[in-house]
Amino acid sequence: MGIFEAILLTVITAATPVVIAALGELVTERSGVLNLGVEGMMVMGAACAFVATQVTGSPYIGILAGIASGALFSLLFGFLTLSLVANQVATGLAMTILGLGVSGMIGEAYVGQPGIKLPQIVFPLLADIPVLGRLLFQQDLIFYLSIALVVGVQWFLFRSRAGLKLRSVGDSHSSAHALGINVIRTRYLAVMFGGACAGLAGAQLSLVYTPQWVENMTAGRGWIALALVVFASWRPWRLVAGGYLFGAVSISQLHAQAFGIGIPSQFLSALPYLATIAVLILISHNRRTTLINTPAALGKPFVPDR
Amino acid sequence: MRIELEKRPDVSRLFSILSPFIALLLTLVCGAVMFMMLGKNPVAALYGFFVEPLMEVWSLHELAVKAAPLILIAVGLSVCYRSNNWNIGAEGQFIMGAIAGSILPVMFHEWNSPFVLPLMMLFGMLGGALFAGIPAFLKAHLNTNEILTSLMLVYVAQLFLDWLVRGPWRNPGGLNFPETRTFEASAILPEMIASGRTHWGFGFAILAAILIWFMMRYTLKGFEITVLGQSERAGRFAGFSSRKMIWFSMLLSGALAGLAGISEVSGAMQQLRPVISPGYGFTAIIVAFLGRLNPLGIVVAGLVLALTYLGGEAVQVSLEISDKVTRVFQGLLLFFVLSCDTLIHYRIRLVASKLAGSATAAATTDGAR
Amino acid sequence: MKKLLLALATTAAVIGFSAAASAADKAKVCFIYVGSKTDGGWTQAHDIGRLELEKSLGDKIETQFLENVPEGPDAERAIERLARSGCGLIFTTSFGFMDATVKIASKFPDVKFEHATGYKTAPNLATYNSRFYEGRYIQGQIAAKISEKGVAGYIASFPIPEVVMGINAFVTGARSVNPDFKIKVVWANTWFDPGKEADAAKALIDQGVDVLTQHTDTTAPMQVAAERGIKAFGQASDMIKAGPETQLTAIVDTWGAYYIKRTQAFLDGKWETMSSWDGLKDGILTMAPYTNMPDDVKAMAEATQAKIESGELKPFTGPLNKQDGSEWLKAGESSDDATLLGMNFYVEGVDDKLPQ
Repeated sequence: MGIFEAILLTVITAATPVVIAALGELVTERSGVLNLGVEGMMVMGAACAFVATQVTGSPYIGILAGIASGALFSLLFGFLTLSLVANQVATGLAMTILGLGVSGMIGEAYVGQPGIKLPQIVFPLLADIPVLGRLLFQQDLIFYLSIALVVGVQWFLFRSRAGLKLRSVGDSHSSAHALGINVIRTRYLAVMFGGACAGLAGAQLSLVYTPQWVENMTAGRGWIALALVVFASWRPWRLVAGGYLFGAVSISQLHAQAFGIGIPSQFLSALPYLATIAVLILISHNRRTTLINTPAALGKPFVPDR
Repeated sequence: MRIELEKRPDVSRLFSILSPFIALLLTLVCGAVMFMMLGKNPVAALYGFFVEPLMEVWSLHELAVKAAPLILIAVGLSVCYRSNNWNIGAEGQFIMGAIAGSILPVMFHEWNSPFVLPLMMLFGMLGGALFAGIPAFLKAHLNTNEILTSLMLVYVAQLFLDWLVRGPWRNPGGLNFPETRTFEASAILPEMIASGRTHWGFGFAILAAILIWFMMRYTLKGFEITVLGQSERAGRFAGFSSRKMIWFSMLLSGALAGLAGISEVSGAMQQLRPVISPGYGFTAIIVAFLGRLNPLGIVVAGLVLALTYLGGEAVQVSLEISDKVTRVFQGLLLFFVLSCDTLIHYRIRLVASKLAGSATAAATTDGAR
Repeated sequence: MKKLLLALATTAAVIGFSAAASAADKAKVCFIYVGSKTDGGWTQAHDIGRLELEKSLGDKIETQFLENVPEGPDAERAIERLARSGCGLIFTTSFGFMDATVKIASKFPDVKFEHATGYKTAPNLATYNSRFYEGRYIQGQIAAKISEKGVAGYIASFPIPEVVMGINAFVTGARSVNPDFKIKVVWANTWFDPGKEADAAKALIDQGVDVLTQHTDTTAPMQVAAERGIKAFGQASDMIKAGPETQLTAIVDTWGAYYIKRTQAFLDGKWETMSSWDGLKDGILTMAPYTNMPDDVKAMAEATQAKIESGELKPFTGPLNKQDGSEWLKAGESSDDATLLGMNFYVEGVDDKLPQ
């Protein structure tokens, strides 16, 4: 395995959880809901996936537990912000606090236990293609799911009727309501999809990335996922590109150090964030394209009039 | 069965007073059940959380010390949020304010004069404001989303501080540990009352809350903020510039976050370290909303949140309740407060079966309550 | 509900007095932790020490702790809370608690304080530290024997003297076996982020190192090493569970010995302030069993450990050059503690530029 290939593999593993969580949040935000609690839902997913795997011995049950816990936890957010129209920013931040606390309690007895790593699924023949075969066809289930999610979300949002409805809810809930679309139900589903994705991303952390559980193991990746959504101006393909770019910058930072390049590591660590801002300025410079993509009703509460 | 909300014609005076108490009651009940399930005495736990920290003078001082940065930052943020500018990078502005304010005591430590402290505070405000000026500029002139840029800049600020205290600003007499020299007496924010640690940072917080409250309530600027926040279009008709408002609100909140930063460093730490904030900038966002974006409400909210931190430690010592439980408890409190505030604007009713979707126009409340 | 009423009834009288009542005859020894007591690394090692202390002197003392205490004003409050709650002896277990400990110690002259890894003392404030570098020297020797390529990877946290000292000891040990040995250093800029530590481990392995050591807290690098089939060293605690066929040995922080010693002195009324810097011989650090290595390497490691314990071997003994080739220690000369405690330079053989 060449070093280039090896670096790409590391980048894929590092970027996958962020991309998955961001895709979920993208759908949530497309429906007009801003859930800042990604970090909290992700860490819940990581804890539940790990505990379920340890108890049952099957990482696949772990994945299901991660997804389910993220989705259930996001229901709490949905109830507050959709049914009770509480402020979304504050509720999202509270979700993060609660998620870190609850996951800490759930996982307390499992700290330090060696986990079970999700096995690779190798596609015969395809896996023999040089470079690409190793990168794309000898991965674990969650990686394949992430690819399927990108394609699925892209198709759903821009090619399906339900996706059109979801986007119309996100652009103007009043008009959507007037057209007979059930705004609240649509948003509940979008929030739960976001939670499920965040949970799956958490499962990737505790089953693939580093098969173990430690408190607060997301270490800020949920926040990066949030940033990625805006960075991608709510477009799935851009989101994937951005996610892998971000991963590439962080990983090459470590390689630069191992090569012995003497730049203060803090500057190297700051690079991904500065790069995100720079790219963001470039793509948002054109006011029209940004406005077309931004869900106009993002963050605004909706109460159906009786 | 589902929940249906009906907008009240007017804000309910009764519930705007009652809702925090309902929330507190629900938290107490839920908390008691949780503590009981953990095998802890619920009464002792709740007493430890909410009463014990208030029973001693030193503890009250600590409460003020903990609440000061939260209140100061949240008051500034309330102006931002009311005007629909989503600055979530107060943490970074807090740090940059602390750094700018520390230029004098770190680089010119021989200079002892009564001017040092006021200049430090001024530098702190400038540092925070300038750093908030970056997302403000990007939003106002390049149309870049401020939620993202302000958040990204938090990491940049943290790493910059890290580099400073490990490199150029490292204490020459500190065995190469990552911290700056300790500030001279002339650069230390004095204590307000002799009986404890409360420093003037708390005074600044209260003062800022009163001033902003006055501004929002009695001045044209306050009106401008509210109008632009509710509808940019309406604001434009009234002759207000949303671009100027971006600058105003971001710089103001940045300056207050910066002041909080330098007050915290000068009043409570007396030196810079790699990490100077346990997430005050983010917690303050919650405080801002708990206080319903009202500066006076924010003072109360800041004190209550600070109390849960102190209480959490108290019960950890006396009852061995883990800090994870404290975080869950805090989360519960926040959820109940946020959801009970619904009662102020809405009547809640449970509907047995689903009604046919009516095609009447939907009511939308203002984004920030 | 019945349970709740019962609890209500019993509590009413107890509120506020519970702490005072139980502490009437037993001395209280308290701990402040910077992380979670189950972090699997630094803080957990201290908590294991606390449990050993309870086990050993449990009939005379009780212990209390506060975990996840942020450094800064929060630490000051937390330490003061413990001092006020009747703790007689308080261990503050992170470097960042230094100034907070100093302040509270001056406020409570009757309470004894012990601060880990710092350098400020007072009549009622002692400092304690562990000569982790002794273990790193042994690790270096093992690495030089095991490695086929002659290059080891080192995952470092932050450029503080403690970590720099570890890197230098590792290289010095390795070069005593193989004078051409080299290491590659990656600064993760974190003590605790499994993902990032794993990424750093992968980067180092991809660049050709075939033995790995870490100065960060989670077992993630050990897991990566196990997956890639190279050997690695554990840090802070025995990480053998994360790599049963990977871990060569680990530096295990065994604070318990020190906690018992000092608490006993405190109970006897013989506690005095001091700056203690214990090493392998005092049991403040121990080496996890030497495994997954040939017998001759194991024998060498055990011999080196015995020499360090007897004082015959001091890891930093000349001839030793600094990274730029200039002389640091003449032949036979050993470094003084002050230089080590403020160490901010590399010795020859480190393939990295020290972040300044």
